[in-house]
Amino acid sequence: MTAERDPHTMTRRQLMRHSAWFGAAVVLTVAGGEVISHVAGSAETANAAATARPTLRFAQISDSHIGFTGTANANVAGTFTEAINQVNGLGYTPDFVIHTGDLTHLSTPDQFDQVKQMLTGLNTPHIFTVPGEHDSIDDGGEKYRQAFGAGTRGDGWYSFDIAGVHIIGLVNTLHLTKLGHLGADQLDFIQKDVAPLSSDTPIIVFSHIPLFAMYPKWGWGTNDATQALSYLKRFSSVTCLNGHVHQLFTKTEGNVTFHSGTTTAYPLPHPGDGPAPKPITLPAGKLHDALGIREVSYTKGQQALALKEQTLQ
Amino acid sequence: MSRHHRSLTAWPVAAVAAAAILLVSGCSGSRPAPQGPPSVNFGSGARTTPGMTGGGSASASAAPPSATGSSAAPSAAAGPNAVNITNFAFAPAALTVPVGTTVTWTNHDEEPHTVVANDNSFHSPGLGSNATYSYTFTTAGSFGYICSIHPFMHGTVVVTR
Repeated sequence: MTAERDPHTMTRRQLMRHSAWFGAAVVLTVAGGEVISHVAGSAETANAAATARPTLRFAQISDSHIGFTGTANANVAGTFTEAINQVNGLGYTPDFVIHTGDLTHLSTPDQFDQVKQMLTGLNTPHIFTVPGEHDSIDDGGEKYRQAFGAGTRGDGWYSFDIAGVHIIGLVNTLHLTKLGHLGADQLDFIQKDVAPLSSDTPIIVFSHIPLFAMYPKWGWGTNDATQALSYLKRFSSVTCLNGHVHQLFTKTEGNVTFHSGTTTAYPLPHPGDGPAPKPITLPAGKLHDALGIREVSYTKGQQALALKEQTLQ
Repeated sequence: MSRHHRSLTAWPVAAVAAAAILLVSGCSGSRPAPQGPPSVNFGSGARTTPGMTGGGSASASAAPPSATGSSAAPSAAAGPNAVNITNFAFAPAALTVPVGTTVTWTNHDEEPHTVVANDNSFHSPGLGSNATYSYTFTTAGSFGYICSIHPFMHGTVVVTR
């Protein structure tokens, strides 16, 4: 760990001192009108001063379910367009935008065409995706990969580096038996992919289904995620962002923080609330409050990412 | 975070500001914040790269989807050869029929479901609301199946001679 340490990277002890100081900066940040609605962790995490450009900033959108027809949302294309416009109106250009799956509702060629065309409306240099189970209904993800799989490996997984952060996009919606599933080939990919990285490289993992056991009874977990996360244990900062559950939820396990994102289509019940994860039809005028987009930023030297959730406006 | 700012409000504003400025310049080390967008490195040997490029014209709203559901039909009442899919469950979860029977599944949920045999001997497409799928059982045996989208949904068809 010491051999490859970047001289600009703080030790944990330095970070603790740093965090203690940073309380003041957060107060200034809030006083300046910038309200950070959510920062993961507690004392060890701190948000960057609002003035500097973060090292990396991107947006997450999820679960657009293009093609859904039902009372829960009469116009999923309309709300997805609003979400895209909201990302374009952030006031800066995100370094990339990630869509964490369930792009389509029924994996039809028309739906893939439509959502792909809509995504090109995002004002960003890069758009990344991972498939949801709705994108791989009856063909093992073949149509998904035709639309979005260029340059990916295996069943559609990939990784890249940006601004010193290592990012991994996973596919856990194939070969399901009850929960999400990664499979031996993908686990092997993850192990080899991170092997050359120094342990202070921040890691961000995208998947559709949560990599933690959010509610296994409804399939809200991944049966071999523990194996994948074991390869990431030595890293000081690991953040997993997922969709699938159509609601915000955050959990920390050891060195890993999981953030479930919301949807641009329709809400689902909280875990165990009712018999099944059925779309919820809200009273008129309430839908937008359940939908949203997420801003994520990382500032070099900080362990945790800063997340900012926005409801759809 | 903002709820835990303790007694900082008692500090003179100027002192807080000064501390923050010192802090920001001190903590960021000698490396200034990058000005331009960071570049993406997909690793060696990548001729084609994952992802796509945004265009920035959000008004490019695509045409509405055409009707989906390969075999939409009026919902049938549950009969001796019928399985209803309601509230993310197959009903009846276990169905017994003689050889040669055609079993029809009907999805009554807003969510799509599939009917996929554990041994892959039958496999429906995605069934939208009120869509149906039929399969004729020509051999005796017990056939477990799931919804491949929601694999916690289980059912069995027992085929007797």
